[in-house]
Amino acid sequence: MDWGLLLTQLMNGLQLGLLLFLLASGLTLVFGIMDFINLSHGSFYMIGAYFCGSIVARGGSFLAAVLIALIGMFVVGAVIERVIARRLYRADHLDHVLATFGLILIFDAIVHIVWGPSGMAIPLPSVLDGQVTLGSLVLPTYRLVIISGGLLVAAILSMLVTRSRLGMMIRAGASNRTMVEALGVNIHKLFLVVFAIGATMSGFAGMLIAPITEASIGMGNDIIIIAFVVVIVGGIGSVKGAFYASILIGLIDTLGRSYLDDLLEIFMSLDYAETAAPALSAMLVYILMAVVLAFRPQGLFPPAGIRA
Amino acid sequence: MMAWLPSSNSGRCYCLLLVLLAVAPWIFQWADQPFLLDLLSRGLILAIAATSLNLIMGFGGMVSLGHAAFIGIGAYCVGIPAYYDFYNGWFHLGLTIVVSASFALLAGAVSLRTKGVYFIMITLAFSQMIYFTFVSLEEYGGDDGLVIYLRSEFPDFLTMQGPVALYYWIFATLLLTLFLVHRLIHAHFGRVIVGAKHNEQRLQSLGFDTYRYRLVCYVISGVICGLAGMLLGNFTGFISPEMMSWIRSGELIFMVVMGGSGFLFGPLLGTGAFVFLEQYLPEFMKFLNPSWLEYWHLPFGLLLVLLVLFGKGGIHGMLSKLDSRTRQSGP
Amino acid sequence: MTRPLLRIHGLCKSFGGIVATDHVDLDILPGIIHAVIGPNGAGKTTLIAQISGALKPDAGQIEFNGRDITSLSTPRRAQLGLARSFQVTSVFLPMTILENVMLAVQGTAGHSYRFWRPAHKDPEMLDEGMAYLQQAGLADRARHLAAEMSHGEQRQLEVAMALAMKPRLLLLDEPMAGMGLEESARMIRFLARLREQTTILLIEHDMDAVFTLADTLSVLVHGSVIATDTVQNIRANREVQHAYLGEEHA
Repeated sequence: MDWGLLLTQLMNGLQLGLLLFLLASGLTLVFGIMDFINLSHGSFYMIGAYFCGSIVARGGSFLAAVLIALIGMFVVGAVIERVIARRLYRADHLDHVLATFGLILIFDAIVHIVWGPSGMAIPLPSVLDGQVTLGSLVLPTYRLVIISGGLLVAAILSMLVTRSRLGMMIRAGASNRTMVEALGVNIHKLFLVVFAIGATMSGFAGMLIAPITEASIGMGNDIIIIAFVVVIVGGIGSVKGAFYASILIGLIDTLGRSYLDDLLEIFMSLDYAETAAPALSAMLVYILMAVVLAFRPQGLFPPAGIRA
Repeated sequence: MMAWLPSSNSGRCYCLLLVLLAVAPWIFQWADQPFLLDLLSRGLILAIAATSLNLIMGFGGMVSLGHAAFIGIGAYCVGIPAYYDFYNGWFHLGLTIVVSASFALLAGAVSLRTKGVYFIMITLAFSQMIYFTFVSLEEYGGDDGLVIYLRSEFPDFLTMQGPVALYYWIFATLLLTLFLVHRLIHAHFGRVIVGAKHNEQRLQSLGFDTYRYRLVCYVISGVICGLAGMLLGNFTGFISPEMMSWIRSGELIFMVVMGGSGFLFGPLLGTGAFVFLEQYLPEFMKFLNPSWLEYWHLPFGLLLVLLVLFGKGGIHGMLSKLDSRTRQSGP
Repeated sequence: MTRPLLRIHGLCKSFGGIVATDHVDLDILPGIIHAVIGPNGAGKTTLIAQISGALKPDAGQIEFNGRDITSLSTPRRAQLGLARSFQVTSVFLPMTILENVMLAVQGTAGHSYRFWRPAHKDPEMLDEGMAYLQQAGLADRARHLAAEMSHGEQRQLEVAMALAMKPRLLLLDEPMAGMGLEESARMIRFLARLREQTTILLIEHDMDAVFTLADTLSVLVHGSVIATDTVQNIRANREVQHAYLGEEHA
């Protein structure tokens, strides 16, 4: 067994997991507190990438671009909440699916109009573009940046949720909405802030990934589905659940793609294994979700107070 | 009277609509617009799929965000045999029914243990599984899909060759589907399905094992949608996993809601609106400004949001409101 | 001594730390109206939910007609002859009154895997449905939508639907809830006439109704049954007066 490869793959899995967490944590809060299914949460991911990219293209440094784009994302999230999402909280889930599906089309079209149909590459500053040697392991610097950035946000968010007054309201809201209202919290403000923070984190994930993949139209439409899988597996409304489920799914997906064929060869001929492995590895996370839903529908780490 | 039956007035309108659809090929031939027949064929295939979704979603309250998977299954049940130069239509038909029923049974048996958003998400998960299965089947084109060179053959029966013949296959299937759903919904079985949408717990306490009835309904719906996929494969002559991406499933939901969820003819109206918009919205944008052609998703998305915010009941709902208003103001 | 139709033994159910049902033993004899009373939050609805199968008990046994039904699903129990009405009116609002009752008739008339013939033209179901509506005094409005009925009428329909299942045991969860005086009186007359037809387990707040209708009374306090006796004896029972009646008649 090639241990170096395994370690690299583990880091890849961790990277994917943390990106997923940035998307899923906002999604799970909006889902848990407002009971709102936001398919267009992935559009924030795309918009974040484009914001960051256009600031870099105008000569801004990458770090400054990220900071400015984060503020921009908070504003975008707040506007969307105020203008559209707020009107939909009381509607049924089918309406959420439809309206936010429409939002995806709108966002994709707007990006198309503003930035054109082709993708936008974001050059990295040379400091981040190199490689780091960790013992026998050589890793791209930027991968470590993504991982530490993701962990940093996870830590801040976890502090925010467990320690602050806002966090207390968020936790109460995720497990019992009527209670929060009874406590006299300004529910509209809470919803606005939660939604905007979610949009900001989703946008942050887009900014982090864009230097690797480049920003492109519809880049959020596939990953958002995986983020939903994370939310369901982790337990709707649970930030802690979203964290563990993100890492789990990031690892399953990455390791599945690289090792499943070896594993299958134990059971079947090489030919079959090579055909079946890609299909199965792409399906693994969905199988995981189906199994979780069938046997533990409240998710692996439901927020306290929720019982199925 | 029962709210889901078209009132006699609008019932007559829908009958007229069906008659128009029956003679459409002649009209288009006379007007020398073969392209319109293509558009209509595609629309009616999607209408069959949307009607099958309406059966579980509109009547049964089971919101599936993975119904396009069945379209893909049906299409590949034509495409894969055709890849081996096997064009027997009865075989295609049988295969479509068996495979879509089996998949519906399996996916439904797991999915229907959940409710609400969980059901939405798990149907999505199952369709993603099917999607990625076909993406990774490189023998059958993987991502790029398959070309079907010949249509299904039904020797000693009716031919599918030629656009008009295929159109009538599609039209007949749509008629059968509408009739079947209509009977189903008003039969004993349908009462259970409709009742379970409104209050499942109450229905269970009346002695109905709602899980099983819903599962049977889901399988019926899946098979109908599979048949739509079989027709779509024959119609386009080209199939790819993209047909079953979750975006397509979202569009199916749109068609049902746009037309009027829970009304027999709702999906037909909604699909009509969808295909019309998809075809003519770009041209309208181009008319406004030639460089706007590709931006047609913008008004389309706006329309969706507005539909949810203000258009309760879809086209059917608006028509019946209009109908009752004219009746009130009339003699 | 007659064998009880429903026998509950050692039934327990708690939610988190809150005990809703605490070792309940209860025998319901056939052919009578057995009322369960108790203050708010005593666990009456939780008890009904466990008997009907909507909730799974943590421990204990439920025997119906000599058969252990503890692990059976709600529909199976309904098939065996256990019908319930709900505290919150649960009629199907978009359907007509007749369709509501016919659905109930259909529920116990074998399977419903009948896909073709319209259910609303089934002559047997139609006649049966009308008969139950007649009994509930709703026959003249059979073709109206359930949504158009008054609250009291919806409660009547709720009971008529349970009755249409031809139950051996009818579980009625506060059938008089939210009713005015006149409506209550009408419901009491309706229920009194059912005595011949079936056994009734009645959960009710309205003491006049309970004293008029019930043959036997059980008092539920904090999840346990503190007394079961005839109406006269319960009225005389000091413990009960203290635990329950005292609160209202003080």
